[in-house]
Amino acid sequence: MNIATPPEKLTAKDFTTDQEVRWCPGCGDYAILKSVRSTLADIGVQPHNTVFVSGIGCAARFPYYMETYGFHTIHGRAPAIATGVKLANPDLDVWVVSGDGDALSIGGNHLLHVLRRNVDLQFLLFNNEIYGLTKGQYSPTSRPGTRSPSTPLGSVDNPVSAALFALGAGARFVGRSIDTQQKHMPTVLKRAHEHKGASFVEIFQNCIVYNDNVFGRFTGKEVAAENQINVEHGKPLVFGKDGNKGLRVKPGALELEIITIGENGVSIDDILEHDETNLTLANLLAAMEPPTFPVAIGVIYCNPGPTYVESVRQQKESTRTKRGSINDLLRSGHTWQNG
Amino acid sequence: MAVTAEHVEEDFPRQEIESAVIRFAGDSGDGMQLTGSQFTLATALQGNDLATFPDFPAEIRAPTGTTFGVSAFQINFGSKGIQTSGDILDVLIVMNPAALKVNINDLRPGGLLIADIGAFSSRNLTKAGYSENPLEGNSLEKFKVLEVDMSRLTKEAVKEHGLTSKEALRCKNMWSLGLIYWMYGRKREATVDWLKDKFKGKPEIAAANIAAINAGHAFGETAEMPAEVNPYTIPAAEIAPGLYRTVTGTEAAAWGLAAGSQLAGLEMVFCSYPITPASAVLHTLAGMDNYDVVTFQAEDEISAVCAAIGASYAGSLGVTSSSGPGVALKTEAIGLAISTELPLVILNSQRAGPSTGLPTKTEQSDLYQAVYGRNADSPLVVLSARSPSDCFDTAIEAVRLATKYMTPVILLTDGYLANASEPWLIPDFDDYEPFPAKFHADPEGFHPSLRDPETLGRIWAKPGTPELMHRIGGIEKSFDSGHISYDPENHQKMTDVRTAKINGVAADIPAQAVECGTESGKVAVVGWGSTYGPISRAVNNLIEDGHSVSHIHIRHIWPFPANMGDLLANFDQVLVPEMNTGQLITVLRSEFLVPAEGLNKVNGQPFKIFEIEDAVRERLER
Repeated sequence: MNIATPPEKLTAKDFTTDQEVRWCPGCGDYAILKSVRSTLADIGVQPHNTVFVSGIGCAARFPYYMETYGFHTIHGRAPAIATGVKLANPDLDVWVVSGDGDALSIGGNHLLHVLRRNVDLQFLLFNNEIYGLTKGQYSPTSRPGTRSPSTPLGSVDNPVSAALFALGAGARFVGRSIDTQQKHMPTVLKRAHEHKGASFVEIFQNCIVYNDNVFGRFTGKEVAAENQINVEHGKPLVFGKDGNKGLRVKPGALELEIITIGENGVSIDDILEHDETNLTLANLLAAMEPPTFPVAIGVIYCNPGPTYVESVRQQKESTRTKRGSINDLLRSGHTWQNG
Repeated sequence: MAVTAEHVEEDFPRQEIESAVIRFAGDSGDGMQLTGSQFTLATALQGNDLATFPDFPAEIRAPTGTTFGVSAFQINFGSKGIQTSGDILDVLIVMNPAALKVNINDLRPGGLLIADIGAFSSRNLTKAGYSENPLEGNSLEKFKVLEVDMSRLTKEAVKEHGLTSKEALRCKNMWSLGLIYWMYGRKREATVDWLKDKFKGKPEIAAANIAAINAGHAFGETAEMPAEVNPYTIPAAEIAPGLYRTVTGTEAAAWGLAAGSQLAGLEMVFCSYPITPASAVLHTLAGMDNYDVVTFQAEDEISAVCAAIGASYAGSLGVTSSSGPGVALKTEAIGLAISTELPLVILNSQRAGPSTGLPTKTEQSDLYQAVYGRNADSPLVVLSARSPSDCFDTAIEAVRLATKYMTPVILLTDGYLANASEPWLIPDFDDYEPFPAKFHADPEGFHPSLRDPETLGRIWAKPGTPELMHRIGGIEKSFDSGHISYDPENHQKMTDVRTAKINGVAADIPAQAVECGTESGKVAVVGWGSTYGPISRAVNNLIEDGHSVSHIHIRHIWPFPANMGDLLANFDQVLVPEMNTGQLITVLRSEFLVPAEGLNKVNGQPFKIFEIEDAVRERLER
């Protein structure tokens, strides 16, 4: 690997290609692109050592706009291709960019396996609860009743929760952010990048054309404080416009409840602290939804474990006695001399 | 009983014969494949030429005693060149009534049937669908029949080793092997060594199996055999001098891929999903710790090919392996590798279809899939191996073309080639010419669509290379910059260059040779893949009889060698035997407008020599 230090500090511009960005005006993807570029510059990654792999969909155009290596592949298969990239060269810094249809419908199987194997890469799922590039059909994350060209009377099937799916698949890092939160997103992206293993980040992304304001119930300015909670490891799980609401485990039940500091003798000490290594808590937090609960953003779960490619390589090295020659291989086992 | 094979000077005459075809048949749990492979090894060590045909059911343990659970292993061995596993059996060993029922029609009149009468219980007879014991009626009168209670004799032979009755009975395949070893004068040492190694943690099982072999052997030496049962000797074949081994197509393909990667100077990332009969390639490569091979058992066929493509993108050689249904699933991704012009080898061990078809039965019916089976104009290279050992060189050729032309290459083998074994004069790998892959590193004038002006192969610029950051993908790319391009003229140009690149491979491969016979004549028999053996023997027989027949066998199926059209035009008639309903023939007719005729079968069995001879004779009489 070339590990020369970049001569000077890179900026977001250094990660910008000469290609015209072709998302719809007002698309949430622009904000995510901006955030990713500036995060990479802040981290100081080497562009030539960075690979963006995507499948198909609006989000999948992402690599064309990143001045790194990029591979725009086929629908749903980016995790599998990224796994091959890492198998071939574990030193590459690999990011997968996907959407809700790409990752959870046609590519659901590969997402499951890239997470459970714990391949060391960052998986960004831009969730807008709709198929954009194919002109607005409902997606596997669409809420029941979503009206779309393919469900004119409203969808009837249950959506999948991206974060719960990831936790269920065995992801060891699950984070969440929102396209418009330019301060918050880099913190989650940096943590995802630091994490060794498969880092799953769900980004709530607004599709201005086909599903505008679908996350308005918790992203809208007037409701955000009450309906979002930014979880941070070791800090109390508080939220609300006055910062006086918090979460705790409901006595006598395996569920969370909202309590208010100053009411019924509740103090800050009664609020549950976030433990990002606790899988049960992560599942409870990931499942929270308005109107009952705020939506959890931030690093919901982080609990590193052995990564796939490293384990494969280590296993091979540990049994490797010498570099074999093909002639030895062909002469292994029973042979006999004729004449 | 001693646990080693002892040598006794024989005091009886052995009849010398040129060759023999024998088949072991029993329940899928009877260990017939192991028995056959041990006989193969002993026979190879004896210096005979040989060819084998393992034939087993798709079920791992089908209900015992049933006809659909019968597993068989056939071997043809002799002192002259052996090309096929044999048309008809000289000896059939059956371990139960079902094995008799399924296999008896392949025994030649006058051939020897050896039956374990200990397994001919009324229950087993009923399971096999016999209303009465065929050994008792006169239905077998045209054969020589040797009835032996192998079950009882095996139990007696192993009783001192303290096995359960069930464990003891599992040794009866070794008892039968001992008897056949005696009959053909094979040495037991190699099998004894193998048993000791295989059961090194269970010495009592090893000892019992060795006792069973010795008992079967001793039975041959001492028992009062019917007059017709002779011990034979088969002189060593005249085989080119050198170091030999037996090899299956699976092993040869796996080793060839590893060898090709080494010649290209690349690590191989081999990605596969389990499927019969291709899985064994994954198993072989997964055990090769000392080689530059990384194996990946993917979650599905699509993931396997995609991971291989990802690996090639990152600078390794991506290889995936499957059988027809799995290759179907890989199709879209193969298109991506064509579009992004990345090297990729796809190994297809063909099996009978459509759909699940007959997973363990051989067929050559994926040629259309390989040549044509993708959306849009998606040319790639198609190769086929003709014999188990030929899988080695063909796999190397697949790697060479994939890396030189930056293209997917489909390598066709089949279930027969995968499982069959043959003796192989081990090549010296130092004689192989390296073909090191080139990675682009020069930023000057770089764009990802740069290509070699001669091969038209795209440059290979792998991630991690400073200053060559670029994007590729399945969307049409500009010929001039590699950027996305929706320009219609550019699409025409890119389609043309993709086609020209693959067509250009024809100039980089050997001219099509004639295997035997002359360069022109009355009938050309044109084959591909595993039909090599029977076609070769049939055409040689016909030439010996003075007929004007030639054998042409195609390794490079797409593109064809440059002289193919001219060569075919030299013959009055072209006959194309295939284990499908006529696929190569369609391609030949389409490419060269030759009035070729087909000889086709899809019964899961390789061609018999006489089937091809008869078809040629019929045409010679026209």
